[in-house]
Amino acid sequence: MLDDYSKTSTDLFETLHYPKFRRRKDFVTGTLSNLTSALERTVFADLYAERPGLLQSIDPRTKVITFFILILATSLTHHIEILLGLYLLSLALASLSRIPLGFFIKRVWIFIPIFAGIIALPAIFNIITPGDTVLVIASFKHPHGIGIMHLPSEISITKQGLIGASLLVSRVATSASFAILLILGTGWTRLLKALSAFRVPRVFILILGITYKYIFLFLRLVENMLLARKSRTVGRTGTKEKHRWISGRLGFLLGRSYHLSNEVYLAMLSRGWNGKVHMLEDFSLGLNDALWISFISGVILLVTLLELVWR
Amino acid sequence: MEISAPVFELNNVEYSYPGGIPALKGIDLTVMPGESIAVMGTNGSGKSTLLKLMDGLYFPSRGVIKAFGVELSERQLQEESFAYTFRKKVGLLFQDPDVQLFSTTVLDEVAFAPLNMGLNREEVMTRVNAALTALKIEDLKDRAPYQLSEGEKKKVAMASLLSLDPKVWLLDEPTANLDPRTQDWIIEFLLTLANKGKTMIIAIHDLDIAESIAQRIYILGENHAIVAQGTPRDILGYRDILIRNNLLRHK
Ligand SMILES: Nc1ncnc2c1ncn2[C@@H]1O[C@H](COP(=O)(O)OP(=O)(O)OP(=O)(O)O)[C@@H](O)[C@H]1O
Ligand SMILES: [Mg+2]
Repeated sequence: MLDDYSKTSTDLFETLHYPKFRRRKDFVTGTLSNLTSALERTVFADLYAERPGLLQSIDPRTKVITFFILILATSLTHHIEILLGLYLLSLALASLSRIPLGFFIKRVWIFIPIFAGIIALPAIFNIITPGDTVLVIASFKHPHGIGIMHLPSEISITKQGLIGASLLVSRVATSASFAILLILGTGWTRLLKALSAFRVPRVFILILGITYKYIFLFLRLVENMLLARKSRTVGRTGTKEKHRWISGRLGFLLGRSYHLSNEVYLAMLSRGWNGKVHMLEDFSLGLNDALWISFISGVILLVTLLELVWR
Repeated sequence: MEISAPVFELNNVEYSYPGGIPALKGIDLTVMPGESIAVMGTNGSGKSTLLKLMDGLYFPSRGVIKAFGVELSERQLQEESFAYTFRKKVGLLFQDPDVQLFSTTVLDEVAFAPLNMGLNREEVMTRVNAALTALKIEDLKDRAPYQLSEGEKKKVAMASLLSLDPKVWLLDEPTANLDPRTQDWIIEFLLTLANKGKTMIIAIHDLDIAESIAQRIYILGENHAIVAQGTPRDILGYRDILIRNNLLRHK
C-alpha cells in the first residue's frame, strides 16, 4: 500500500514535465520540478519511515544519540579508509532499512558537487596546500605578484592537496548520509518529538515544525503552478515568454508561500498547539535498542582503535 | 429565564493589516450561547479577518473583543491556562482547507487537537474514530490530506474540529467549492451541531444557506463595517443592500 502511495506521488511529478513532443529540454521548468520532487521525497518521505526495517525498529531517541555519535566520529577521523568504511556502513543501514540505495546515494551526492566546487576544489592546488606535485597546470618564467600576494612560479595540483580535498568531500558525504538516513528512517514528526525528549528548546522545535510545513506548502505551490501553466500552454512557447513567466511567478511564489506558512501557523495555534510535539504513538526502548547501541559502540570502538594504530 | 454571559462581545472593533490595509471598522457584535450567526459580504469585506479575530489569532487594532467575559488580548492568550481553555472551547474552520490540513495522514490530522489538549491515547482514539464516523470518512484515515478532493478536505477539516468538540464553531465558508449534494450534507451536519447547542458563527456567501442555518445575519460592506443586521426575514427585505453587496443578483 505504501508503495502505491509512492507511485502516485511520483506519477504526479512526472506529469509536471513537459510533454514528450517538445524536443528541446525545458531546462528551468524541468529543473524546478525535479528539485520539487527531490525535496518532496527527501524531506517528506515519511514513506520510508513507515516501512518495516532495521532503523525503523529502533527508538527515535536512541537513533538521535547514536547518529550524533556516528557523525561526530565521521568528522573527527583522519583516515580516508575509515571514512570509506563508515560510508559503506551507511549504505548497509539504508538497504537494511529498505531505503532504495540508488535513491539514497543520489540524494546525498546531489549536494556534494556544489560543496566540493566551493570548498574542496581550491584546496587541491599548491597555492592552498603546498606539497608534492602531481600535475603542473601552469608555470611562469617570472614569479607573479598581485599586491602583497606572491604567486609561486608554477601552479600545480599537489598530492597533499588531493588527499585533503578527498578527505573533506568524503567526510561531508558520509556525515550527510548519516543525517539523511536518520531523517528517512525516522520521519520528521518523530524526529521532532525525539529532539524534545532531549530538552531541545521548544522554540527551536516550533521553528523546525513550521519550516517543515512551509517547505511542504512551497512545494505544493510550485507543483500547482507548473500544472496551471501546463494546462494553459498548447504547443510551443517562446523562450522569452517562458522566462518572463518564471520570473513573474517566482515573486508571487515567495509572497504566497510566506502568507500560507503564516496561515498554517495560525491554524496550528487555533487547534491548541503550543510547540509541544504530541504523537499518537509512544516511544519505547526495547531489545532492538540494546542491540543497536552495542553494535554502534562496537563501530566506534573499532574506529578509535584504527585511529590509534594508524596514527 | 436564565441569563447567560455572551460568548463574544465585540465593541467598536477595528483591524488593519500590516501596511495599513483596513479590514474591519467599527464592528459591534454580540453572540449568545447556542446562537447561530451568519456573516455575509462581498469578497474582501473582512469576513475571514473577523473570524480570526474571534479565534484570538489576530488582535484588534482598536476596540475590544471579549470572549466568555474576558478580554481577548495577546497578553491574555500567552497565558497557557487561558489559552488552553479558550482553544478547547473555540474552533475555527479555515477558508482554505490546505492550510488547515498540515499533518501527514488524515488520522494524525484529526488527532492533532485532542493530543494538544493533553488527552490520553485511548480518549484521543475514541474521539478520532467518532469524528471520522460522524463525517463518514473512515476510509480516508491513512491517506495524505493533500491528496484528497476539495469536498473530502472540507470533511477532514470538519472532523479535525469535531474531535476537539468545541462549544463554539467559527466556520469560514464551510460550503464553498462543493457540489450541491455535499453542500446539503454539510448543512445537515451543521444543523445537528446547532441542535446540540453549539454556538456557530458562519461566514458565507450563499443567502439560502445563511437563511436555513442562522438566526441572525450580519452584512459586512465594502467599507469593512456592518451595513445591515437582523433576522433572515429582515435581511431579505433589504434588497438594495443585498444587491449592492453582491449577495443578490439584479433580476
Ligand atoms: N494577510 C493579509 N495581509 C494584508 N491584507 C490582507 C490580508 N488578508 C486579507 N487582507 C485584506 O483585508 C481585507 C479583508 O480580507 P478578508 O480575507 O477578511 O475578506 P473576506 O471577506 O474573507 O473575503 P473573501 O470572501 O474573498 O474570503 C481585504 O481587503 C484583503 O485584501
Ligand atoms: Mg474570506
